[in-house]
Amino acid sequence: MKKLLTGNEAIARGAWEAGVKYATAYPGTPSTEILENVTTYDEIVSEWAPNEKVALETAAGACIGGVRSLCAMKHVGLNVAADPLFTFACLGVNAGAVVVTADEPGMFSSQNEQDNRNYARHAKVCMFEPSDSQEAKDMIKEAYAVSEEYDMPVLFRMTTRVCHSKSIVECQDRKEVADKPYEKDIKKYCPLPAFAKGMQVKLANNFKQLETYSNTTPFNYIEDNKSEIGIIGSGVAYRYAKEVYSDKASYLKIGFTYPLPMGKIAEFAKDKKTIYVFEENDPIMEKEIKAAGIACIGKEKLPTMGELTPDRIRKALLNEEVSTIQPNPEMILPRPPAFCAGCPHRGAFYELGRRKDLMIFSDIGCYSLGLMPPYNATDAMICMGASISGGHGVQKAFDIKGDHSKKVVSILGDSTFFHSGITSLMNVVYNKSNTLTIILDNRITGMTGHQQNPGTGFDLKGEEAPIIDIEAMVKACGVKELISIDPNNLEMMNDAIEWGLNVEGPAVIITRWPCVLKKLSNLDKDEFPSAFKNFCTVNVEKCIGCKKCLKSGCPALAFDTVNKKSGILKETCVGCGVCAQICPKQAIEVEVR
Amino acid sequence: METKNIVLVGVGGQGTITAAKLLTTGLMEAGFDVKMSEIHGMSQRGGSVSSLVRYGDNVQSPVIEIGSADIVVAFEKLEGLRSMEYLKPKGKMVVNDTEISPLSVVIGTNAYPEGILEEIESKIDCRVMSASKMAEALGNNKVTNVILLGSVIKLMGLTEIDWESIISKNVKEKFIDINVKALHAGMDAA
Repeated sequence: MKKLLTGNEAIARGAWEAGVKYATAYPGTPSTEILENVTTYDEIVSEWAPNEKVALETAAGACIGGVRSLCAMKHVGLNVAADPLFTFACLGVNAGAVVVTADEPGMFSSQNEQDNRNYARHAKVCMFEPSDSQEAKDMIKEAYAVSEEYDMPVLFRMTTRVCHSKSIVECQDRKEVADKPYEKDIKKYCPLPAFAKGMQVKLANNFKQLETYSNTTPFNYIEDNKSEIGIIGSGVAYRYAKEVYSDKASYLKIGFTYPLPMGKIAEFAKDKKTIYVFEENDPIMEKEIKAAGIACIGKEKLPTMGELTPDRIRKALLNEEVSTIQPNPEMILPRPPAFCAGCPHRGAFYELGRRKDLMIFSDIGCYSLGLMPPYNATDAMICMGASISGGHGVQKAFDIKGDHSKKVVSILGDSTFFHSGITSLMNVVYNKSNTLTIILDNRITGMTGHQQNPGTGFDLKGEEAPIIDIEAMVKACGVKELISIDPNNLEMMNDAIEWGLNVEGPAVIITRWPCVLKKLSNLDKDEFPSAFKNFCTVNVEKCIGCKKCLKSGCPALAFDTVNKKSGILKETCVGCGVCAQICPKQAIEVEVR
Repeated sequence: METKNIVLVGVGGQGTITAAKLLTTGLMEAGFDVKMSEIHGMSQRGGSVSSLVRYGDNVQSPVIEIGSADIVVAFEKLEGLRSMEYLKPKGKMVVNDTEISPLSVVIGTNAYPEGILEEIESKIDCRVMSASKMAEALGNNKVTNVILLGSVIKLMGLTEIDWESIISKNVKEKFIDINVKALHAGMDAA
């Protein structure tokens, strides 16, 4: 049966067909939909983990326990999960295990562009790289066979274009795979130095075997078009190369990319005049091919950053500039993403942005947008959970310098707090910091498209789950000063910030209001009976056209430049009332929809 | 056949992704090789969104290069202007005559540019449609996307495909009728 699937859907389908029984992930663009699709298959037990390290360790455990397991994450998630990955590689597997890393050439929704093919080399695990959805499905199935045959977890590199592009996939049925018995084997599963030395030797031997596999697997194949130009390509970069060169070059398509098929590469290169290497981001294949004494052209001409799309290939190698019809550039306005109408982060960032005495360390989530106008609030961000620990460090530096002109605020969301904010908060308390932490609890993992988390009361399957109480967690970390508030109430928000900055020792504010895009659960409806049931209107008699309401940055507002009055789009507004509180003339009224 | 390229652009929440899904499903069922690419992530938060649809005998790249689209369907005027460079010299554009303010306009830093349609029409073969108004007349502004889909189907010569069946298999039952009406309204208006 043929289906049009995204790469992420194809991975889920492939895992199902391969007899996978356990899957776990922490959501992160562009990998999120893998688990969202896995969970549609009843034969697979699937879970959201609070972070990628937990996910990878759990998948390793499931594999040791005897069932085929999958774990998926975005590229930066593998940094979090790197610790278990390296040692899991040494242990090897019982049932097969595959770790999917979704890289982001072009950085559409990420803070960096790291190339996780480096992790395969660093952790000494083998790697597959599909170039479309059909390959994603086929390679996942093969990856489980390889994992079990060569006794190691397999790293599976996707990129945004492969994750989020749809192409036609021939689907098959699930093939059940016998569970592996679990037998206690401390020499295999306990990497004490005495045993770990043996594990390293085993891993190295298995790698030797994989070199032969790489030279013979049908996923590494030659398309001979009798050309003097030879193209070695992996991932979607191979597709881009074919788009440009078509049958005017011969190809060595590499789908199993670590260890590289050096024998096949040498054979392919033998009769070619020019060899090009097409890979997105780092010159990894290129360097290994050059190190083997095979001349090739790669990143000296092709870009190392961003996607290696056909237009960039044409420009770099063929000197072809595409002629385009250009609009009058003066008419083009950018359209960056913004907080939605009714977003509960608006109240917090409106109040934070008004103050000039703060150093705000923010985090990874929709609230990253707090750095944008009109709030201009945020000072710094690094990675998941860094708001609290980074803020602690800034506070220490300010204390060391005796500079108290700015106070430090750390701000992050509920899911990010569970992911890696908790350990940072412990550090703040333990090392006697004086920062203010604001946890924006919008009752969901928002940015990645509404995934459940330990605080929401539901699991990945949508079934009821125990609620991990953020307030209780904060108190258990030793925080004495804590309040929970409604962020849509600006006076309350402002007072809470003022209170938090002036109490002795670390303080925490939890803002609690659901994400406006969330499908409210019955729990939410009980807790927030008035949420999103209102709308606001402007009383044009009272409006003086001062534009102060626009400082809320709400996309439901529209200023009538002819009549010099504010207006509100009724179909967009959900009546949070933030603009009404900002209006100095009480010209905005909240009505029940 | 040569690979055909269709670009759908709009603002997060306008239904470009759903339109692209219907389009690609129909093309696959008609026997074409199909690839579609879209960028998710921040798309629900009012940013620009695009879906790139390619079909033919054997499609390699999932992305559409600038200067190579046969047609650009813009669900919003400013997005149409921004996406002009996707078009081939003889490519066509369908623009929905609707205006959604980007943040800089909302907060009063910029004014929404005037004369966008005139600018587009002066440079390329363009059909302006009041798809949002047509959708409201049909009783649900959410079908704007299917009206625009109907216009692409017409302009790309794809009316032979059984789109009604594609819609009925992919849309909730109570919305099938209005979507079929929207599809025909779009075809007729193109």
